[in-house]
This record gives sequence, structure tokens and C-alpha cells, in this order.
Amino acid sequence: MLKILSQPWPWYISGPLIGLMVPALLVLGNRNFGISSNLRHICAACFPGKIPFFKYDWKNESWNLYLAAGIIIGALLVRLFFWNDQPIVLNPKLTAELSAYGLKDFNGLVPKEIFSWNAVLSVRSLIMLAGGGFLVGFGTRYAGGCTSGHAITGLANLQLPSLIATMSFFIGGIIMANFILPIILRF
Amino acid sequence: MLNAEIAEKEIKKINTDFEVSSPDLEDPIESKISHSLVGNIKFLIVGILFGIILVKSEVVSWFRIQEMFRFQSFHMYGVIGSAVITGMISVILLKRFKTKTIYNHPIIFIKRSFSKGQIFGGLLFGFGWAMTGACPGPIFALIGSGATVVLITLLTAIAGTWFYGLIREKLPH
Repeated sequence: MLKILSQPWPWYISGPLIGLMVPALLVLGNRNFGISSNLRHICAACFPGKIPFFKYDWKNESWNLYLAAGIIIGALLVRLFFWNDQPIVLNPKLTAELSAYGLKDFNGLVPKEIFSWNAVLSVRSLIMLAGGGFLVGFGTRYAGGCTSGHAITGLANLQLPSLIATMSFFIGGIIMANFILPIILRF
Repeated sequence: MLNAEIAEKEIKKINTDFEVSSPDLEDPIESKISHSLVGNIKFLIVGILFGIILVKSEVVSWFRIQEMFRFQSFHMYGVIGSAVITGMISVILLKRFKTKTIYNHPIIFIKRSFSKGQIFGGLLFGFGWAMTGACPGPIFALIGSGATVVLITLLTAIAGTWFYGLIREKLPH
């Protein structure tokens, strides 16, 4: 059992399990699966200022903060008890391209040459970690949802606005990964 | 109190955020339940399961996201595609059988309306997703899995959300 858990799970197992989050949260009390709204609740709870967007009773949404806390705990449990030591099998084209930017370690979930406390003051780390994070926070709220809120929950309920949002996510990502990130990675 | 009520009405009037459920919910009982620790434990458990799935499926891998946006692997498309199809079938079944919540209330499906933010915000989020290799769920999962440097991404994502709230009225929606 532990051996199965330690293997990476194929897409046809993990995808449907992620999809089941939608009905599970609806049945557990009309909750809409969408993680990025937590960022808004944190703003509303900690520093709402005089901004109307953050003037609401965030405690009504506290369930979602519990969900986020659960995600952290779940990931920690994997790290502690059924971590997969084998590197992820990646497309050789990707590893060849990244090697050219000095990324050689493909063992973890993130490239250690960029996503580590030692590297954090390099230009590309700051752009990617901090700049990227800012865009994630700004963009998800502007779009009214993220991958879970629009791409999964919205599409599951056949909402056209969510399809538009999802297409925009991917167009943005494709432009960044193929045309802009190669420049950032040179720094 | 009065101010908060006015603000809430204002949010309803220009609601573009469909992940926030309670302003749309007319059922105060479920909102009250959500205040209690006991009522929230179930969401903590669902979150733990979700966190395990996110890491084991490798969707939190920065490298997997790079493959996806370069069309170099089917993995992410398989995960997201089968998640959407499972969600769709689930929603059809919930509607077909008029399933109630565990508190015996009807399930509400929120209709979404178009806003330009879905394009502009969507593109900006896409940029950020490709840079960080993480959407909001995986940000939390990466931190839990030991990539603590992603805390920076979480903090700046909160800052980005706050900045959006600050300039929201000036943006096209």
C-alpha cells in the first residue's frame, strides 16, 4: 500500500480525484471549489484598509482557509511519509532547454537554482518568485477565479465566462513560457 | 455595521468574483455553521486530501507546468481534462437527482456573467502561472512539501490581490 502511495499517480487517477472536489464541496454545504479567493479573504481579514472589495464578512468564507491549511498539511504528509525519491520523467527537450539556462537539477518539484533561499536575491529568482506571485494574485482576482475556480468548477458547470478565462490563462502561460521566460532565465 | 452592509451590496452589484459564495448564498444557516471549528474540520480534511493529490499527481511541479505550456507532455492536459469531465458528470448527476447538501438544503449553482477581467486578468494570471509554475492551490502545496521559498510567492500573491482591490474601480470590467 505504502509502495503504491509512494509512486507518482497517473493523470487518469489524479484528474478524476481533483474533479470530485467540485461535488464534494457542494454537498458539504454549497461551497464553490476555488482556492485563489483565499488570498482575498486574507486581505479582508488582515488589512482591509478602506477598500470596499475587502469589506465583507470573511468569517463566512473561513471554510476556504481551512481548505488551504489542509493543502499545506496534506503536502507535508506526502513529504514525510510517501515521498517519491525518483526524479519526474520529463521531456528531454525541456531538460535540454533548461540546461542551457544553467538549470541542471530536475530532482525536486521546483528548480533549485531559482527556487531556493540561497538564490532568492538573483534577478531571475526575484522576477519569477515575487513578480510571478504578484501576477498570480492580481490576475486571479481580476479574472474572478483561478484554475480551480474557473477551469475546473466553472467548466464543470458549463459556464462560458469560465471557458473564456481558462483560454486566457493558457494563452498567457504559453506566451510567458515560450517567449518571455527564456529571456528572464538568462539573468 | 451599516457600512459593511452597503459595501456588501456594492460587491453584489459588481460581483465578478464567483469563488466567494456567501454573498450569493441566501442560506444563513450554512454560513453560521462555517464559523464553528467543528463545521470547518471537514474542509480541513478535504484540503488534506487535495494537498496529497496535488503533490502525488506532480501538478505542483514547476517542470510539469513548463512542459504543459510548451506542449511537451500530455500529463497536465490529462489531469485537468479528466478533472473537468469528472466535475461535469458530477454536476449533471447532482442536478438530475436534485441532491441536497448534508444540511438538507438545495444545492445552488451560480450562473456567471462575462467580464473583461476574465480576459485581462486571465492573461496576467497565465503569465504568473508560467513564471511561478504554480496556481494558488499548488502555492500552498509547495510550501507544505518543503519548498518554503514559495512563501515569497504567497506573500506577493496576497499583495497582488490587495493591489487589485485597491485599483479595482479604475480597471475595465
